[in-house]
Amino acid sequence: MNILVFTKQVPDTNEVRIDPKTGTLIREGVPSIINPDDMNAIEEALRIKEEVGAKVTVVTMGPPQAEKALREALSMGVDEAVLLTDRAFAGADTWATSLVLAKAAEKLGYDLIVAGRQAIDGDTAQVGPEIAEHLNLPQVTYVEKVEILDGEVRVRRAFEDGYETLRVKLPCLLTCIKELNNPRYMNIYDIFTCYSKDIKVMGLSDLGLQKEEVGLIGSPTKVKKSFTKGPKAQGEKFDLPPHEAANIITEKLKAMHLI
Amino acid sequence: MKKGVFVIAEQRDGNLQKVSLELLGKAREIADKLDGEVVALLLGYEVDKLTDTLIHHGADRVILIDNIHLKHYTTDAYTKAICEVAKKMNPEIIFIGATYIGRDLGPRVAARLKTGLTADCTGLDVDDEIKNLLMTRPAFGGNIMATIECPNHRPQMSTVRPGVFSVPCADYERRGEVERFDINIKEDDIKVKIEEIVKSMKEKIDITEADIIVSGGRGVGSKEGFTLLKELADTLGGIVAGSRAAVDSGWIEKDRQVGQTGKTVRPKLYIACGISGAIQHLAGMQESEYIVAINKDSDAPIMAVADLAIVGDLYKVVPELIKEIKAYRQSCEVM
Repeated sequence: MNILVFTKQVPDTNEVRIDPKTGTLIREGVPSIINPDDMNAIEEALRIKEEVGAKVTVVTMGPPQAEKALREALSMGVDEAVLLTDRAFAGADTWATSLVLAKAAEKLGYDLIVAGRQAIDGDTAQVGPEIAEHLNLPQVTYVEKVEILDGEVRVRRAFEDGYETLRVKLPCLLTCIKELNNPRYMNIYDIFTCYSKDIKVMGLSDLGLQKEEVGLIGSPTKVKKSFTKGPKAQGEKFDLPPHEAANIITEKLKAMHLI
Repeated sequence: MKKGVFVIAEQRDGNLQKVSLELLGKAREIADKLDGEVVALLLGYEVDKLTDTLIHHGADRVILIDNIHLKHYTTDAYTKAICEVAKKMNPEIIFIGATYIGRDLGPRVAARLKTGLTADCTGLDVDDEIKNLLMTRPAFGGNIMATIECPNHRPQMSTVRPGVFSVPCADYERRGEVERFDINIKEDDIKVKIEEIVKSMKEKIDITEADIIVSGGRGVGSKEGFTLLKELADTLGGIVAGSRAAVDSGWIEKDRQVGQTGKTVRPKLYIACGISGAIQHLAGMQESEYIVAINKDSDAPIMAVADLAIVGDLYKVVPELIKEIKAYRQSCEVM
């Protein structure tokens, strides 16, 4: 069985700071990590490999330095790593990103695709389902349990108010949430060997894509502007009879859509 | 033909999700700016009784797809149904609630329609000149906001989290059209089979995930006082927490403690009752989006960090507040 794991290297958002003068993100010195939900996807692929046997390939789209995230995945025990990198990919929205990833999946071959539900820098949860649509694959999102059966999988899919048990034939695409498992640490042996392994690099022409289909140009959505929330306004203070005070609070909550 | 602002009306077991009504309110505003119409797209099985509610909350037209294969949500059947409608009616805009269903469905529909989708919008407006939809959303864990547009593709699609917009008041005099739409869907179209559906309302006790927190401190004075705070929290759909003083006095459990030695919270609304606001407490809650403080002492430190500081006795203000909120809810009869 061939398992593809789609991952993203993301800035550790807990460390992201805003430049108070320019209002832009300070990216320098912010550590990069493998997106947390993607760690659960890697772990699940490795667990399946141990249970039924599989070749696990981790794939990421990003700048050349995303190689670091792939090395980390190799040191967790994945078999192969693929970096999709090309200047033309820059500025992609979820549609253009998912197209590149889907093309890579076609080139690499797969029986099962797993990915994190969402990345912490964008929180969209859109790339997984969009890849599935490009590949015309069945999808299950919010997966919190996976059981491999003969030629199909049984999964538990979380909802706000419970869960469903679903069965789906392979090939299919699953997006994972943190409840699924506890990602393992890198192991010492693989940390030493991960740097001697080759990382396969693929660009625009390797994937058979045109410039117009990918990156900023190929993205239906465009960022018109970005801004930081201004500093908090000074609070208001009232010393009034209880029912008037209650009325002021209620009016504020209404205005804030909190009730 | 008028530009259609479509809202996917999400129902589960025949119950409309509140976010769908919230979206109808916003869709109404947007449609009015575009001189367009609000269309609710209702999918399910034997759900025709819900059409009136959608019209009362702002829909001009309800497109009803009532089909046995839509009884329970499946990605395959719902995507097929929505895309068939979209291909026939060419909506200008589609809004979807960012629920666990909407976040599964939205991207699948957008990819099939070869258009953009903006997730978790907190602001929606229309460009004055070009009339494009302006979709504003937080990024980088809320540290930065971005306004996104989808200039050359239609429909323009957004998802919105529950509770971002308020439910518009129902207008029982509103009339609208209900149009049945038939789709050709077969069992085989649904690739993911449902084996079991389990409902379990998890009691939300993780205070770090709550949107609304009513918190009490030394000034509450007793365990019984927290019953009053609990009533306020229930009225608001939030949960109760406390300061270290309240926890140490045994008035509330340790896992609900806010502050340096407890948990750090950043809810949409934090109501501090009888909390003076020691620095250790402030460290755990000052990132909250909106802070209301009710305290007898006008000079308590909590009053300086509050967006709304009420000088008064919580035992007098809180019961009035509960009464006011309940009265407002009744006057509007949402859901």
